[in-house]
Amino acid sequence: MYRYDDIDQRLVDERVAQFRDQTRRFLDGKLSEDDFRALRLRNGLYVQRYAPMLRIAIPYGLLSSRQLRKLADIARKYDRGYGHFSTRQNLQLNWPKLEEVPEILAELATVEMHAIQTSGNCVRNITTDHFAGVAKDEIVDSFVWCELIRQWSTFHPEFNYLPRKFKIAVNGAAADRAATLVHDIGLHAVKNSENEVGFRVIVGGGLGRTPFIGHVIREFLPWPQLLTYLEAIMRVYNRYGRRDNLNKARIKILVKERGPGKFGEEVEAEWTHLKDGPATLTEAEVRRVEGRFTRPQYEALPESDVGLDSKLAGDRGFYNWHRRNVHPHKQPGYTAVTLSLKKTGVPPGDMTSIQMERIAELADHYSFGELRVTHEQNLVFADVRQAELPGLWQELRELGLATPNIGLLTNIIACPGGDFCSLANAKSIPVAEAIQRRFDDLDYLHDIGELDLNISGCINACGHHHVGHIGILGVDKNGEEWYQVTIGGAQQGKIGRIIGPSFARAAVPDVIERLIETYLELRDSEHERFVDTVHRIGIEPFKTSVYGNPDQKSTDRHAALAA
Amino acid sequence: MATLIKNRQIVTQLSPPDLVLEPTDDPALVAGAVGLARVIAVNFPKFSDGRGYSIARLLRERYGYRGELRAIGEVGRDHLHAMAQCGFDAFELRPGEDPQEALRAFSDFSDQYQATAAQPAPLFRRRAPE
Repeated sequence: MYRYDDIDQRLVDERVAQFRDQTRRFLDGKLSEDDFRALRLRNGLYVQRYAPMLRIAIPYGLLSSRQLRKLADIARKYDRGYGHFSTRQNLQLNWPKLEEVPEILAELATVEMHAIQTSGNCVRNITTDHFAGVAKDEIVDSFVWCELIRQWSTFHPEFNYLPRKFKIAVNGAAADRAATLVHDIGLHAVKNSENEVGFRVIVGGGLGRTPFIGHVIREFLPWPQLLTYLEAIMRVYNRYGRRDNLNKARIKILVKERGPGKFGEEVEAEWTHLKDGPATLTEAEVRRVEGRFTRPQYEALPESDVGLDSKLAGDRGFYNWHRRNVHPHKQPGYTAVTLSLKKTGVPPGDMTSIQMERIAELADHYSFGELRVTHEQNLVFADVRQAELPGLWQELRELGLATPNIGLLTNIIACPGGDFCSLANAKSIPVAEAIQRRFDDLDYLHDIGELDLNISGCINACGHHHVGHIGILGVDKNGEEWYQVTIGGAQQGKIGRIIGPSFARAAVPDVIERLIETYLELRDSEHERFVDTVHRIGIEPFKTSVYGNPDQKSTDRHAALAA
Repeated sequence: MATLIKNRQIVTQLSPPDLVLEPTDDPALVAGAVGLARVIAVNFPKFSDGRGYSIARLLRERYGYRGELRAIGEVGRDHLHAMAQCGFDAFELRPGEDPQEALRAFSDFSDQYQATAAQPAPLFRRRAPE
């Protein structure tokens, strides 16, 4: 965990006081709806379909057990006893009362938490790899860089009224687990030939109405210039991003319209004035922030554990869970464990206060009192001793958090959808559940292998459907809820392609099943993943198998009537 | 009666500006005039249009403007703190703003992380060594 110093705490406290005053003025009629809207969004407060929604920041997804207990408490006291983990490593409460929100923020501040800039046209939560700090393929500990960027972006006076929201992701490892290519700015840590650390800078990725993969505008940015360069990008965007049309206001549109080369030149031109200026990072500052992160006191352990090996050989259920939900760790004898929030029948990413409290206890016992939230809406205990895995597995099973489906089809990523969100065209949660019920045979799931399935209730794509191996998008057709299916997307940089006209909700599991059957038939070996088969053979065979069958159309009509 | 602020005090009048910049104006084009102008105003037609913040910083930090830099347009109490950090030292608030409330805005925050026109050294360069 990053530990606040006096100034960090004071700024958060001042923000709470500021928002308390703004809320008071609004309720007293001194601030208009429009005025207050801009202010409350910058404190994470939306007014949603049935009630306000509060989006609490979990900076770079890192949480302590103490913070999780406070979230449980707040969910119980001010909400309906549960929260929802989002695809940007935040926690959402769906039912708090507007007049109580300043109190919630005050309580959050006591555990070094806040809802600062989780909405509004400003720089949002900086997200990263849920294995930061422990991954074997790590180049830098991205948490440190995320915290440096967080501080730079917090209450930045120049960039608080951007054309549109701004999302930055940092990847500190060789593999990109942070979806950096579909962010407004993605930063990849790299080392040059002199072994110096720098960042590959990618701009203009994004999902939503017009999905784009980001462009590299600089291959190597020396680390001391991280903030000066970000400032240059943000200033170009603030000055030249479109403000005439909300749907064309993201930086990805500016990059597209200028062309990535020209855009890069504009940034470099602005940067010549900022480079080496006062915002240049120093060794001392990086060390200081690094030093403010708690580190686990690892024991010196052997690479493997005899007890674990024998349990793996003897217990099929444990073996399955270990295979999918347990991940390698750079410290010998340790592992990272994913807690699956994707049990069939539970909305993806939801967690009750009771579960939160139990998980806080488990984190204390098994993982140095810390955990991470992933952008796939699961949780990670990053530092679990191998010898403790059997014990942890038992406890997680009792809590319904041991579904052995990480990376598999039923590890569905879904936005809250039409049940909660006034922007949605369709519900996402019942679709997720129907698919999970259809594919509840674990052996079959393992045979299918790695498959990312993402569901968004509308084109805003909060479920990241564009980068799902299978993506499902809720659409509105004549006031009814229909679902469009895409295939072949990938977080590492591919947008999925639509397979054809949309389906009624009842037909969706059939469609998924048909896609899977086609894949199993046409894959070139059991090692070829669904997404790789799609890329190899194209979408035509899948289209034919789903639409080509004339009986399918009448199934649709029957399903539509039944729905 | 619009509230007028200069140097963090309520004033009864402000002199007419020598230049008024709109969000689409490029401050580079008036860089030559900064030595002569005594009052430059930057317009915020909508408070959500944040271009004026960049214009202000450029005038101060890039082109060395030292005269009065005034925010006009949809300027409300809750915008003042950030505007001041970007280099504005005078404000013509929109109608209906309470003057005493407005003055309180400048103390919303006791410090900031970033280098700004008001404070060119970012916090990390000013922190006492640990």
